Amino acid sequence: MSALTLSASGPLARSIVRFVDNRAALFGLAVLVPMLLAILTYPLWLPYKPNDIDLMAMNAGPSATHWFGTDGVGRDVFARTLEGGRISLLVAVSSVVLSTAIGFLVGAISAFGGRWADAIAMRSVDLAMTLPPIIFLLVLASIIGSGIWSTVVVIALLSWPVLSRMVRARLLELRERDFVMASRGMGAGMGHLLFRHGLPNSIDILVVYATLQVANAILLEAGLSFLGLGVPPPAASWGNMLNAARSTAVLEQFPWQWLFPGGALVVTVLAINFIGDGLRDAFDPRADL
Amino acid sequence: MLLALSVLIFILLRLTPGDPIDAYIDPNVAISQEEMAALRARLGLDQPLPVQYFAWLSQAVQGNLGYSIQRFDQTVAGLIAQRMGPTLLLMAAGLTIAIVVGITAGVVGAIRRNTLPDLALSVLALVGISSPAFLTALLGLYVFSVRLNWTPSGGMLTPAAPFSLLDLLHHLILPAIVLSVGYTSLIMRYTRASMLEVLNQDYVRTARAKGVKEFWVIVKHTLRNALLPVVTLIGSTIGLAVGGAIFIETVFNWPGMGLLLVDAVGSRDYPVIMGATLVIGAAVIVVNILTDLTYAVVDPRIKVA
Repeated sequence: MSALTLSASGPLARSIVRFVDNRAALFGLAVLVPMLLAILTYPLWLPYKPNDIDLMAMNAGPSATHWFGTDGVGRDVFARTLEGGRISLLVAVSSVVLSTAIGFLVGAISAFGGRWADAIAMRSVDLAMTLPPIIFLLVLASIIGSGIWSTVVVIALLSWPVLSRMVRARLLELRERDFVMASRGMGAGMGHLLFRHGLPNSIDILVVYATLQVANAILLEAGLSFLGLGVPPPAASWGNMLNAARSTAVLEQFPWQWLFPGGALVVTVLAINFIGDGLRDAFDPRADL
Repeated sequence: MLLALSVLIFILLRLTPGDPIDAYIDPNVAISQEEMAALRARLGLDQPLPVQYFAWLSQAVQGNLGYSIQRFDQTVAGLIAQRMGPTLLLMAAGLTIAIVVGITAGVVGAIRRNTLPDLALSVLALVGISSPAFLTALLGLYVFSVRLNWTPSGGMLTPAAPFSLLDLLHHLILPAIVLSVGYTSLIMRYTRASMLEVLNQDYVRTARAKGVKEFWVIVKHTLRNALLPVVTLIGSTIGLAVGGAIFIETVFNWPGMGLLLVDAVGSRDYPVIMGATLVIGAAVIVVNILTDLTYAVVDPRIKVA
């Protein structure tokens, strides 16, 4: 796509063209969309339920009937991988929604709220970023307990600081612009400033952060569940299916029970990262220069 | 920052479920309310929280982090001291591999940009960043220990065998490589991007124009300048390596801090959890400060005030 054909269209159209030009991002979409479809619709076409027990086929290898084999109590690994995808994505997306909201609000308040609000918000960001994420996660999880929603909360509590820094930087710059000054001069309140000026002007940061953070959250969830602190069994998640491989027998003799969820995890995260990188480049106005 | 961290940890410590006094009472012995109150007073638990905080802090600074609830007669500080060495060894080995391989691959990628080796390396790096440490660890364990039987499946030394360096290295090699995977990818991507930027600078063109050999252009003029952001990256993401080490220690049963922490979380051994967190957090902060100082050494434009 040449720059000439772009010059007539608006910034959003240009961003879309840039995104479509990015082969890696398209590849990510091509992998992610079918995967999402499969994960969302599997109860309609798959004969097995994730918690159905088939006592005739325990620890069976991949076959025509059970594509990904079965686990120790005869549950279909394919169905569990898809169900695990549902739960992993549910946890990831909800935690991202939560952390994006917190991150935006903290960043915006510290940019618009004056010196004290800024100092307090930024010091707490520093503090939250001091501890290695996994450690913080472990400690929080050990206090809050395991379960789907506490996993969501733990991951969200951990991930907002990075975003709030980016939002703050963007809005500090915005605050000095004429149109924001004018709006303040005419008596605009905090809510107006945040949602009329702040939000539209940092939407690109939010979208890119949210996309990449979904991938991150999937990894964090899997890590927590792998250590037995995230989504508790019998619910399936990619992390707690991998947890089964901590037993030597499963690791050595029944590799399909952990290779498939592990593969699904890596492919999904990779696809989302491709899309996120593509979005970031597409939103970057300097890309065409 | 360290103080703030200690306040955070103290608050978390008090948020933990259960009354700390329960750990001191034998459930089989009946105890009256007055005795409870007396015990509380003796342990200082009737004091206001800030007073308790300073009492805890003054003990913590002197290396007294309390006793483990689960492993009787073991002090938290003692447990941590035992586990620190193996973790440091694992991280040092992993980081060394990551730095050597990552920088080399990054330089190769930048010099041969957009060729097949560069693309292959870039894709590998992305896969490396996207795969969590525990999955790489499981895969490594499966391929090299179970299938090929090249390396032992866990632990740091062969039990009941006399200590030998070879045995230690044999146990160390796989976990260290696994730990380095994610880091190598990250360092490679940074080195490549930073090299490309520096290669476009005027002084690189000047060096070439005055006839400096290509090898020296790369090593002296480009690499030295390109490494600045990489140094920061290595220091500021040390927390990532710590996180990876936790999973790797769990999978390989490596007797380090990570395994200690995971075991403590599993058995709800709060003094150990908090002690280990405090030590790890402090270590990360110190590394970050050291990184800033290193930066001043590597970059002559920055002076430590």
